[in-house]
Amino acid sequence: MKGADIFLECLKREGVDILFGLPGGVTLDIYDSLYDCEGLRHILTRHEQGAVHMAEGYAKASGKVGVALVTSGPGATNAVTGIADAYMDSVPLVCFTGQVNTYMIGNDAFQEADTLGITRSCTKHNYLIKNVKDFPRIVREAFYIARTGRPGPVVVDIPKDVSRADAEFVWPETVGLRGYKPTIEGHIGQVRQALKAILGSSRPLLYVGGGAISADASDAVIRFAEKLNIPVTVTLMGLGAYPASGPCYVGPLGMHGYYNCNMAISDCDCLFAIGPRFDDRVTGKTDEFSLKSVKIHIDVDPTSISKNVPTQIPIVGQIGRVIEQMYEELAKTDPKVIEAFKKRIKPWWNQIAQWEKQNPLCFKASTNGKVKPQFAIQKLWEVTKGDAVVATDVGQHQMWAMQYYRVNHPRHFLTSGGLGTMGFGLPAAIGAQFAKPDKLVVCISGDGSLQMNIQELVVAVEHKLPIKVMLINNGAHGMVTQWQRFFYKRRYSASQFMQPDWVKLADAYGARGLRVEKPEDMEAGIREMLKVSGPVLLDVKVDPEEDVFPMVPAGGAVNKMILPESPLS
Amino acid sequence: MKHTISALVENEFGVLARVANMFAARGYNIECLTVAETLDPTVSHMTIVTSGDDKIIEQILKQLNKLINVIKVSDVTETDHVERELVLIKVAAEGDRRAEALRLVEIFRAKVVDVSPDSLMIEITGDENKLRAVIELFKNLGIREIVRTGKVAMQRSQKTKAARKPVEEAA
Repeated sequence: MKGADIFLECLKREGVDILFGLPGGVTLDIYDSLYDCEGLRHILTRHEQGAVHMAEGYAKASGKVGVALVTSGPGATNAVTGIADAYMDSVPLVCFTGQVNTYMIGNDAFQEADTLGITRSCTKHNYLIKNVKDFPRIVREAFYIARTGRPGPVVVDIPKDVSRADAEFVWPETVGLRGYKPTIEGHIGQVRQALKAILGSSRPLLYVGGGAISADASDAVIRFAEKLNIPVTVTLMGLGAYPASGPCYVGPLGMHGYYNCNMAISDCDCLFAIGPRFDDRVTGKTDEFSLKSVKIHIDVDPTSISKNVPTQIPIVGQIGRVIEQMYEELAKTDPKVIEAFKKRIKPWWNQIAQWEKQNPLCFKASTNGKVKPQFAIQKLWEVTKGDAVVATDVGQHQMWAMQYYRVNHPRHFLTSGGLGTMGFGLPAAIGAQFAKPDKLVVCISGDGSLQMNIQELVVAVEHKLPIKVMLINNGAHGMVTQWQRFFYKRRYSASQFMQPDWVKLADAYGARGLRVEKPEDMEAGIREMLKVSGPVLLDVKVDPEEDVFPMVPAGGAVNKMILPESPLS
Repeated sequence: MKHTISALVENEFGVLARVANMFAARGYNIECLTVAETLDPTVSHMTIVTSGDDKIIEQILKQLNKLINVIKVSDVTETDHVERELVLIKVAAEGDRRAEALRLVEIFRAKVVDVSPDSLMIEITGDENKLRAVIELFKNLGIREIVRTGKVAMQRSQKTKAARKPVEEAA
């Protein structure tokens, strides 16, 4: 069997039904085999970064491993941003890169890049296949590594002569990686200690991160939080892990998190962290972060524990399983202890409600006839009843989406949290729509972000995907201008730029372009956007002077927020 | 504080680069690193000397463990272990200095491995303290060139205190 055919057979054995990519000289054999391959759908993207983000969107929305296939040299280097993005957000992804012939490697051959070297720092693992016989083993290991433990991207570099060489197809029955054994079960002693700390506390807080979603542990989180009535705050990546409409939900926290959440994390006496990584956008100044609390941290990746903030009760294990263990221990606990705990934390709930009353999440209604971006997103949430899969880009619109699109389900809010990659939203939405054809998928983007991968709009048109792009258009790199307003005396250096005519641009790609310029037209505009069956780009001209509040200045303490009435604003 | 880390890794191409890259990407310093095949040709042993506070060392150990090609990692610093390093010193040995050089070779149980009319090449193994002392003494005679292998370390087997002593002396 030819290497290229072995490759495709391996993908099928791994349950892959779709891959995103762009061909090139060294992957021609693979593409030739794909030509009449049944059971595998290849989506031709217009840029390799788009291919990887689509695979990410597919993986985030479905929970399956996303697959991308790109060529050598520039194909591989174009894919690096997407790979790094997947690495930061723990997205299960396998990216196959073409490579020059094995005998040419190292000779600066045409379109050669040291893909292994370049991607070493931004992959969970990477491989170069030197012998066609290793193909099935390496593909099997790559998928296993990508989806187990802390998920992440794996790169497999395929030299052209390997994809042309012949070998017998032998599928390995098992994966044998002696240095890689992710911990599933939590240490029972630590589990008991954690439960004791929670039940002994007066001001507990559950702090849920993206790890809870990638481990599909949302149900376990809900069950545990509601059994004990513990307030739940989530990170940007954790949105949807606990429903925004749930009784224990208090909101997202961090640099642009809700006031009550940031105050709560600063004042709690027991911080129960489920799968976050204590990112600096959440902790602010670590020296002043949640100083009064005992910290419990569940994570499948031991390196995340005590990396940024010291943890007193670390539990390494798969989140769903560890919470189940806690639940089993809880079942053995005297109900009186649980009742006493619930009673004890009542004043804490009152305090959080008080904070919310003191500084609720809000924005001022428009007085200048311009659309407030928050209003646009809130309307989208109302009209879609919070049921859409939302993909965002990066910037102010992303933060408003976090604040005003109240997510109720896991895998319904897809965003680039760790790397902060502008250009993520549109291709990720396309990938998500392929994963969930029956779902409404909306990409909330900004005019800076959307231009970074706008070429992928034609992919949505080509495949008749009913994707809706809601463009929060303020004519600038909004978050940059916000920082320039606050910290650089309104000197807008290189942050405002000329715009294309977005409606015409959408039309040029074969999509439908719509525009909203007045607040009173907002709801009708959204309804019109949803009515159209194919892809739509809704250009919402918003107030360019609007800022995201609250805001924790970078490196500041998380409870010292800039609020709309602050002198800086 | 200095730490000696012992790691068993897959004997494959690129593994050394992965380990070195982990240190470089996270801003940790490698003071020395030695690597060679073990009895099992598919496994190599690395001895890494690095420094940092407890938090940094904890991260280094965890991050090393996280690498797919790393089979086992242990910090042997606080455990009962033997450390050795090999040094080759080319020392000036003209006239009276030759006798003094040979006397030092005798004292430190070193070995002369090459001789020329005006210099000697000396091979010495030992732990860090011994090598530092030797090098200091030879400096007075005039060291022309020096090459060090970097440290290798191995944990001692479990023994009673009485049984351990002669082994220590022999080592």
